[in-house]
Amino acid sequence: MAHTEQEILDGLAEIVAEETGVDTAEVTADKSFTDDLDVDSLSMMTIAVSAEEKFGAKIPDEEVKNLKTVGDAVTYIKNNQA
Amino acid sequence: MSMVTLSPGLGTTTGGFHSRISGIAGYRPERVVTNDEVCEQIDSTDEWIRERTGIRTRHRAAPDESVVDMSEVVARRAIDHAGLTPSDIDVVLLATVTHPYQTPAAAPEVAHRLGLTCMAIDISAACAGYCHGIGLASDMVRAGSAVNVLVIGVEKLSDFTDPTDRTIAFIFGDGAGAAVVSRSETPQISPTVWGSAGDQHRVISQDDSWVDVRHNPDIVFPTIKMQGQTVFRWAVWSVAKHAQETLDRAGITAGDLDVFVPHQANLRIVDSMVKTLGIPDHVTVARDIVTTGNTSAASIPLAMSRMLEEGEIASGDLALQIGFGAGLAYAGQVVVVP
Repeated sequence: MAHTEQEILDGLAEIVAEETGVDTAEVTADKSFTDDLDVDSLSMMTIAVSAEEKFGAKIPDEEVKNLKTVGDAVTYIKNNQA
Repeated sequence: MSMVTLSPGLGTTTGGFHSRISGIAGYRPERVVTNDEVCEQIDSTDEWIRERTGIRTRHRAAPDESVVDMSEVVARRAIDHAGLTPSDIDVVLLATVTHPYQTPAAAPEVAHRLGLTCMAIDISAACAGYCHGIGLASDMVRAGSAVNVLVIGVEKLSDFTDPTDRTIAFIFGDGAGAAVVSRSETPQISPTVWGSAGDQHRVISQDDSWVDVRHNPDIVFPTIKMQGQTVFRWAVWSVAKHAQETLDRAGITAGDLDVFVPHQANLRIVDSMVKTLGIPDHVTVARDIVTTGNTSAASIPLAMSRMLEEGEIASGDLALQIGFGAGLAYAGQVVVVP
């Protein structure tokens, strides 16, 4: 069954919190991974692979760099769920 | 009817011998290069490099110090550690991607310097080269076609790195490692799990071919380029699966290990592999990259020999080693520390 936007945001917040140590409440749609959440390129790859496993969405390497904000990632995952 | 019958054996051995690593050694060139020195030519900082890679320092070979020179030094150390002399060696397998001649290979010259005329060839499997060498050597010893095989991993990556390329200039170091694989009373090297992903051959690659260099005057010298994020994903998720297969083939679990020596590509990759594989806390994990950098084919024997010399691990310990890199190619095995 497809995940809702809210479910994806909540799940992504847990993944980002696990990777970076920030509080899940900090992970909101408007936040930039690089500028607000201290996510670098390798952490971003870990987050992408964890999100693939959690939501069954394929996120190719070339797409990962286009995901600037948490909202970008939520939208991409929502539109590319298996 | 002829009285002459051909032997169906054709002189073959019956095989079925066991193999082990009987000696291991490392060689680091004298000059130490700090992140601050690397940053004199790129727009980066010591802190940025440490956060992304874990690397603090790396060694750099002298301008006139070749992969053959480094190989000779480390080979003598490994043979000595095995309690052998060069004349005991039947085969020389040399893994490198930085011998600066298209032909001939480096191995015959190294063999010659050791006073040998035995079979001597290079292996081109980049950062997976050493473990390919150990796998081939073990199979040769087990089949009976050799008794003592010298396996060298050696790189002078500074010759093939652009010091002004801020995506890669800080990663590599120069150095050499070697092991001797010998016939054994008991099995001490597991089957090798190895393979390739050639669809990703451009992910880590020399940027221009030698033919491009010949015909395009704008190309000064080809250097190694890498797509860091793609390599990270492949290493942490795909290679970790192959590391698990290696344990499965050896009939053990991560909990049975004493030592884990993955190729020293990047400390972040090492730490993520430990997590993905579920390596327990009691296992000593190689983190030699911090002071040695990524030395490609040399990284695993450099790490293991230093851990042994510094008493972090002991002879008889059970180690999982896995190399992975350009090709893409990977190879891993479980070995008993000599």
